Amino acid sequence: MLIEVGHFALALALALSLVQAVMPVWAARSGDAALRAVATPAALGAFACILFSFAALTYAHATSDFSVQNVIENSHTAKPFLYKLSGVWGNHEGSMLLWVLILALFGALVAVSRNSVPPVLRANTLAVQGLITFVFVLFIITTSNPFTRVSPAPMEGNDLNPLLQDFGLAIHPPLLYVGYVGFSITFAFAIAALIDGRIDAVWARAVRPWTLIAWSFLTLGIAMGSYWAYYELGWGGWWFWDPVENASLMPWLAGTALLHSTVVMEKRDALKVWTVLLAILTFSLSLLGTFIVRSGVLTSVHSFATDPTRGVFILAILILFIGGSLSLFAWRAPMLRQGGLFAPISREGALVMNNLFLAAACATVFVGTLYPLLLESLTAEKISVGPPFFNYTFIPLAVPLLLIVPFGQTLAWKRGDVHAASQRLFAAMGAALVVGLAVTAWTWGGPMLAPIGIGLGAYLILGSIMEIVSRARGYGNSRARTPNAVFRRAIGLPRSAWGTALAHGGVGIVVLGIAAQGWATEGLSTVKPGESLASGPYVATLDRVGPRAGQNYEETTAFLTIRNTAGDVVGTVETGKRFYPSRKMTVTESGLLTIGVSQVYASLGEVVPGGAIGLRLYYKPLVLLIWLGSVVMALGGAVSLTDRRMRVGAPARAKEKAKALPGNMAAAE
Amino acid sequence: MIAGRLPRALLALALLSGSAGTVLAVQPDEVLPDAKLEARARDISSGLRCLVCQNQSIDDSDAPLARDLRLIVRERLKAGDDDKQVQDYVVGRYGEYVLLRPVLALHTLLLWLTPLAALGLGIFGIWRLSRRRTEGEAKLTATEEAEIAALTRRD
Repeated sequence: MLIEVGHFALALALALSLVQAVMPVWAARSGDAALRAVATPAALGAFACILFSFAALTYAHATSDFSVQNVIENSHTAKPFLYKLSGVWGNHEGSMLLWVLILALFGALVAVSRNSVPPVLRANTLAVQGLITFVFVLFIITTSNPFTRVSPAPMEGNDLNPLLQDFGLAIHPPLLYVGYVGFSITFAFAIAALIDGRIDAVWARAVRPWTLIAWSFLTLGIAMGSYWAYYELGWGGWWFWDPVENASLMPWLAGTALLHSTVVMEKRDALKVWTVLLAILTFSLSLLGTFIVRSGVLTSVHSFATDPTRGVFILAILILFIGGSLSLFAWRAPMLRQGGLFAPISREGALVMNNLFLAAACATVFVGTLYPLLLESLTAEKISVGPPFFNYTFIPLAVPLLLIVPFGQTLAWKRGDVHAASQRLFAAMGAALVVGLAVTAWTWGGPMLAPIGIGLGAYLILGSIMEIVSRARGYGNSRARTPNAVFRRAIGLPRSAWGTALAHGGVGIVVLGIAAQGWATEGLSTVKPGESLASGPYVATLDRVGPRAGQNYEETTAFLTIRNTAGDVVGTVETGKRFYPSRKMTVTESGLLTIGVSQVYASLGEVVPGGAIGLRLYYKPLVLLIWLGSVVMALGGAVSLTDRRMRVGAPARAKEKAKALPGNMAAAE
Repeated sequence: MIAGRLPRALLALALLSGSAGTVLAVQPDEVLPDAKLEARARDISSGLRCLVCQNQSIDDSDAPLARDLRLIVRERLKAGDDDKQVQDYVVGRYGEYVLLRPVLALHTLLLWLTPLAALGLGIFGIWRLSRRRTEGEAKLTATEEAEIAALTRRD
């Protein structure tokens, strides 16, 4: 019964989202404000319905209701409860439902947010969001219904793919989806502005928090996916330039550019047309990314054909939104007035450079990902575009971008002074150079690029610290004299300044982690119990190999003791092979030992009957920095989000606070 | 499938590697005794695509076919081939598709030129825009000039 109600709620959401899409447009023609206001309850209603629908499916999974096709295909009574829940989105139908749930959530948030968005812009934005929701709910209902019943119901389900039975599935897709789908709001705002024919700093200010939220979550989602792949796949890589990874990287690159161009627009009323285009492209790439993954068009060209209805529907959605929005852009963009002049050497100039390199990098990933597909369909020639291509092209675009990051932070708006900026960055550059040279000397004979990477990372981190310090110190007469005063002023700096510094520092931390992989080592051998295998500064000794039972699998586990070169025990690692009887599949579980931010990574190969095992042992120096740095980046986004000017109803509350704490507010300004 | 979002589509990997007795990428028995030769073999392998996998090099792959290719690479190296010859040998047998780094030729020109073209296009756009802006800035009508003069005089 609940399943049918869930199905019905989805149909209701379809109707409500149509109301949400149509009413504001109708109202714009008739000039009826009451009609326009219908968009808000419609958005809330659609969200409530989809939430109920999602809850119904979750209930079916949680209770292993095998009368539902979706549950049969992806669940099993013996599956741990957490995976029963995450299994809801561990399949096509359920993940699409999660997708629209987040879509409707964002629509509802726009509907209730109290920030100063002009009513027409808000209504039009809700209308666009409503249209997206409508189309996707229609897609689910007609081609990917998760509520299909089966009669008679089988006694047992087919279980979830063991590779997905991991904590990663519980958090990676939701994070990624919030990122992907969050950009639908900036897209909706852009379309609304184009329909309205007006765009200004108010628009940029309204869009910025949504961009920040989407970007932060997308950053976390990608990082989480990367870490999951790292420990799950068993060969210790953290980024593979795989089409599905690229599908998430493209909106991230475009979104990062958007994040920076909205700053210029908000502060200086410039780059308007470009910002609108970026907003459209970012969500278009999110859509493309979703469907690259969903349709399998890139991983296998043929899966599009296996389900023609889905494929055609997908293509229609892409054409409708990407084609439609770009046509609207081509038609309306020339009418948008440009404003805000600036010199090439200025904060704006640096942000334009940021956009240039990010856009070029995004274009490279885009072409690299789709080129083989295009070439094959045009000439029947099959080529591969793999990691070497992306490393050769992406890194040369990324390095200059990273080099200008600290400059961009330091340069003044409108007209900057490179000389003054260099002077302020002198300490950071000098220290980074010393770090790079010291590392080169210390690791002489090792990889040559890695120390340069370390220097670059140090430069980014120190540049961010210097920015905060020099801003807190102030200039001229108002210069703070004591460390105490500097500290107090640093605390009082705008949150957006801290957010910027954290995000850029986070990039530096990621760069350190990536660079350090130049010194990663690998050991490979067949070992018997009592024997050892070395990798880098660590030695693993195989203590024993034995069986171990899990809730829904049987595992053959290798127990290892890790010692350093001095022979002291630093820890133990267990790596195994899990056999899942329900799917008759074997999965390798890698064993990780974290030492500071470095890791020793063990992976079990073949188990020879005599008790010997094939063992792979990696030493991954500073590897955790790659993901910790990403978390710091996302944290920077979150801190920026708490900036005064972004807070909902900020003016009113800020005034009250100002009365209560006059000293503090003065410092914050 | 959600599996698709993971690198190298875990699902397909799981299907390909079969049920029991999965093998890991390079196995201990494949390793050449000559460390230098082995390093070269690893280097070449990481640039060759596993034909039955998804965007995965034979160095990382679990598939039996990848193992065969790894052994071929090592055999060629032992026979005295240089890196280029080994690569050509494998390409000769399996086609250009095995190269993870596409060759630079007419049919891949667009691909390799993308980064430079995108940068060039961007720089051109910025240059055009800034020129148009400064021109627009300079072109003031006589009445506007007079207005400015009037305004500045009042100060």
